[in-house]
Amino acid sequence: MSAAGTLALQLAMLLALPPLLPGVIGRVKAWFAGRRGRPLLQTYHDLFKLLGKGAVYSRTTTWLFRAGPVVSLACLILAGLIVPLSGPRAPFGFTGDVVLFAALFALARFFTLAGALDTGSSFEGMGASRDAAFSALAEPTLFLVLAIMCLPGGAPSFAGAWTALSPVASGVGRAPWFAAAAALFVVYLAENSRIPVDDPETHLELTMIHEVMVLDHGGPDLAFILYGSALKLFVLGAVLVHLVLPFPASGSWTFAATLVAGELALGVVVGTVESIMARQRLQQVPQLLIGAFAIAAVGLASVTFQGVR
Amino acid sequence: MSGISELLLLLVVVLDLAILTSTRLTTCIRTSALQGVLLASLPATLLFEAAGRAPLHVVALGVFLLLLKAFAIPTLLFRAVRAADVQHEVEPFVSLHVSVLIGTGLIAISFWLATVLVLPRLAPSAMVVPAGLSTLLLGFLILVSRRQAVTQVIGYLMLENGVFIFGQLLVREIPLAAELAILLDLLVGVFVMGIAIYHISREFDHIDTERLTTLRG
Repeated sequence: MSAAGTLALQLAMLLALPPLLPGVIGRVKAWFAGRRGRPLLQTYHDLFKLLGKGAVYSRTTTWLFRAGPVVSLACLILAGLIVPLSGPRAPFGFTGDVVLFAALFALARFFTLAGALDTGSSFEGMGASRDAAFSALAEPTLFLVLAIMCLPGGAPSFAGAWTALSPVASGVGRAPWFAAAAALFVVYLAENSRIPVDDPETHLELTMIHEVMVLDHGGPDLAFILYGSALKLFVLGAVLVHLVLPFPASGSWTFAATLVAGELALGVVVGTVESIMARQRLQQVPQLLIGAFAIAAVGLASVTFQGVR
Repeated sequence: MSGISELLLLLVVVLDLAILTSTRLTTCIRTSALQGVLLASLPATLLFEAAGRAPLHVVALGVFLLLLKAFAIPTLLFRAVRAADVQHEVEPFVSLHVSVLIGTGLIAISFWLATVLVLPRLAPSAMVVPAGLSTLLLGFLILVSRRQAVTQVIGYLMLENGVFIFGQLLVREIPLAAELAILLDLLVGVFVMGIAIYHISREFDHIDTERLTTLRG
């Protein structure tokens, strides 16, 4: 596939597929609860409805508040173009792109936090402070996982990691990959404000982390935030799926199809986790994240000192 | 392929960390029972991967291990906890977060040590030495960093688990009888400690090992 073709395919995937994931998770949760649940494509409807509305801005807010959702969304789309979705090479991949990937996630978070703080509401500030605290604990784990992935390929890039991983095929059964996948799954749940860390459904003020930060956004801004969180599920999920599933070594439709199948399966897993687990107490969340860090460190030690066999 | 035993050993290390992080005594005991299940299946798995079949006596050893580590010892400990009516939270000297970080450091050290140590014969799986060492060291960590007698028993158990994993290096050379004798020793040790905990708590109303040193006759 040509470079332009890859770019077009990947952009199309990023635009069309992510809103499906919240739908899948919602349906799984509804199934567990014995309800019919909302339609699978509800998020798309929500997005269209919100995009058609106008926005209301408080007079106390500044440009930071308006920049929050836009910059976050832009960062996440860019991060999505760095991760290979339709072949081992991503359109914007380069040596060192894994660092930019983590940095884009951090930048997106920074602008969400800044937007939340800009409202001047102590309530949103509380959510921002929680989110900052937890993400500071989750980020080192993300870096360790990226290091585990990149060590066998020798170059700090997704392309190098994928080509080195593809012959190894399935990550399950290989100790370091298993550790990396387990740690990344915890980071995935934390980054996306899913259940053991945060409850995306609740609007109870004392338990909210992500929801509370976006309370004052409406209209197209809220649509950007909704789409951004779906995108986050999709993009970080792509990395996780790559660790677990075997992928064809060259870019093709099978590659993209494997990825989409993996993402949908991941959505089912997340829905199951959300259905059978309770949210952790706020004080225990750091312990969960440090535990994930420790697991990733074990995996990294095993890759560093034993190599990949 | 050595995938399954590697995964087993990795899970053992992860469970070490889980024991290190859990805040409740009963969770600690349950996790250590789970570790016992994994360890019971380890010898047969290793031999199966090396030779394609597992001899009967190794399978028998595994079953015995399962009964001992996953049922007998946890039951004893649960009874000790209930009888001694202890506080259900673990009381570490260093905070749980710090002990996880120390534990991670110890695991990294054991992985490094495994590359430096020269073994008399090739390890059946590359994870055996690091996993054994980490379990050993984390057992030590729990022994020295916890206040309650029950957690000390758990640390002692982890220590023994580490020695057991290390023993897998010589799996074809330790005769069954010697292995069983070691396990019996362990059972007696835990039994004695269980009874001791109960009596100490009855005499002194607590099983805080730190305060035991201040006792006067």
